[in-house]
Amino acid sequence: MRFLNRSAGRLSRHRRGPLAGLLVLMLGLLLTGGLYTAFSPVQASDSASNEELVAEGRELFLTNCAFCHGQSGEGVRTIDGNQLGPSLIGVGAAAVDFQVNTGRMPLMQPGQQAPRKAPTFSEEETAAMAAYVASLGPGPAVPDPSDYSLEGMSDEERQEAIVRGGQIFLTNCTACHNFTGGGGAMPRGGYAPAILGVDPKYVYEAMLTGPQSMPNFSNGNLTPDAKRDVIAYLESIEENPDYGGFGMGGLGPVSEGLFAWVVGIGGLVGFCVWIAAHTTRSTKDKVTA
Amino acid sequence: MTTREGDDNLPEKAPVPDPGLPDHTWRPTDVDEAAERRAERQIATLFGLSALCAVLFVVSYVTLDIGEVTTTFGGLGASNLALGLSLAGSLLFLGIGIIHWARKLMADHEIVEMRHPARSSDEDRTETVAALNLGIHESGIGRRPLVRNSLLGALGLLALPVPVVLLRDLGPLPGDSLEKTIWAEGMRVVRDVTGTPIRPAELQVGDLVNAEPAALFETDDEGEPLIEGVQLQVEKSKGAVIVVRIEPEEITPGEGREDWGVDGILCYSKICTHVGCPISLYERTTHHVLCPCHQSTFDLADAARVVFGPAARPLPQLALAVDSEGYLVAQADFDEPVGPSYWERDSRCASTPARWRRATPPPRPRRRSRVPPVPLPPGPTTGWAWPRRARSSCARSSPTTGRSCSVRSRCGASSSCCSPAPS
Repeated sequence: MRFLNRSAGRLSRHRRGPLAGLLVLMLGLLLTGGLYTAFSPVQASDSASNEELVAEGRELFLTNCAFCHGQSGEGVRTIDGNQLGPSLIGVGAAAVDFQVNTGRMPLMQPGQQAPRKAPTFSEEETAAMAAYVASLGPGPAVPDPSDYSLEGMSDEERQEAIVRGGQIFLTNCTACHNFTGGGGAMPRGGYAPAILGVDPKYVYEAMLTGPQSMPNFSNGNLTPDAKRDVIAYLESIEENPDYGGFGMGGLGPVSEGLFAWVVGIGGLVGFCVWIAAHTTRSTKDKVTA
Repeated sequence: MTTREGDDNLPEKAPVPDPGLPDHTWRPTDVDEAAERRAERQIATLFGLSALCAVLFVVSYVTLDIGEVTTTFGGLGASNLALGLSLAGSLLFLGIGIIHWARKLMADHEIVEMRHPARSSDEDRTETVAALNLGIHESGIGRRPLVRNSLLGALGLLALPVPVVLLRDLGPLPGDSLEKTIWAEGMRVVRDVTGTPIRPAELQVGDLVNAEPAALFETDDEGEPLIEGVQLQVEKSKGAVIVVRIEPEEITPGEGREDWGVDGILCYSKICTHVGCPISLYERTTHHVLCPCHQSTFDLADAARVVFGPAARPLPQLALAVDSEGYLVAQADFDEPVGPSYWERDSRCASTPARWRRATPPPRPRRRSRVPPVPLPPGPTTGWAWPRRARSSCARSSPTTGRSCSVRSRCGASSSCCSPAPS
């Protein structure tokens, strides 16, 4: 008891110290958080049945998506007849999984392009919304990893897949995404995003659902195997080491030419001007011996 | 300097006296021996650095690995980086050294070099003329017309091989190959690369298929392709198409093209009508397809109308149908030439030669009656009339593009003056 009193007294000396308030605040926060974690109900989503998932997804949808997509996902048109948000009936769970997990939805502001950003919702919340949207009408489901995974392929099969996928990619995708997968400009301020370094699941879902302006490559159009081949090709590009120096966007002659003309030739011209501008002259006369 | 001969109207005296050259000022290296020696050392150092860089180039060429195992430096290929830097350094130091030498040590006093007349001296001129005349006289080129004329003939014929070789590539004439593709009635539309046929039910709204005519994938009994080599490339480049599926209520079919699609599935030539780039930058929300070369934009839901860019006419549309096995097929070849304009395109189109006409001639009178008669400027009264060609080329305006038709665009823009009856 005496020991406690003494240590309390020692602590008490610091009670008016400059950091005391902060320390107490931190302790309080830690305690509150710890207690909440200990006593809060266990997350039910793991064991939730599909019905509960749909109900939870509907709640999330009504608060986060319905403003643009309508209360039943029917889409909203402005009084000018413009599309505020497209109908989500029949887009399927794959579209929700793609749009929300890559952060494209919810949209920060209406515009030509829905940029990729950090996702707003957790995976469970996204799954709930996907279940709700999937319940609105039949559409593509979230693909199974076996659809796009390259695991279990022998090296030879993989090489064949890369060759096939390359041809399919060059025919169907390069027009917008560049033959390096680096993306490119589209009309009216839009752009086709870079697709290197993207999770194969999202590449697959993008082909399946055709996000934003991108055309669909549904399973009837490009078979699941063909999609997997495209992913194999993209992974082969990613694995391909690039020793070429600075890509400058991989846009070809535009950016490289700009660099050569402005920095390269501009630097040379500047150097020439500098040479011509610097001449030292002496005030002395030459002494002829 | 003060006076001038002749009538060049210059003043007798220069208004400002010629100041002459300014006094020469010396450089430190001219007057200070220490500075001179320092500059000498600097120049030698620069040349030495250049030599060092050249040696480094060879060393890095030999030592740095490329290929399976590539030496990297900061994520870059070390070999390329070292070769580039050492070669650039070698040239740069050499150049800087030479400039330094010229500016510091070489004499830099101003000199005046007077111009000399370009005319040869009179003696030289007389001598040359005499030699020439002597040659003409001795060779007797004037007195021996047989020799002269046969020489001229030989020289003239020697010029013949030049145009024969140079102009050989201009032929043979393409004939009607520009107006026809390999598409034919009943030919299946197949996916590019895989060559698989397409069922309408396989496509969803918003789908885009880069497709080719089935004939390009046909093989004989031994599995050898029927069309290969140059012919394959030519037919592929002319026959490439894009197939899209659009909500049927969003489609505005072209005149007489109401039955060219299948459940909202439309098929257009993939070759831009401007300069022939293959295009498939398709936006499913707007149904626009954009040509990456010059930004021509076509609205596929509206008979591929040009909505932007330099293209003068819509993309040719391929009429689709479904065969007995349920696959998409072409109703016929394109009804107009695919790809960019060429010289005779419109003249052939306007005159519609018999060999270009299909078995059933187009119902021209019906179509013509739709075009309101346009008043023409009065011609001379003696039975003279405006030529027909001029009438059809200037008086019509395109119903699809809304532009008044130039000679370039009058045919394809409406695709009606040359198209056959849609079957």
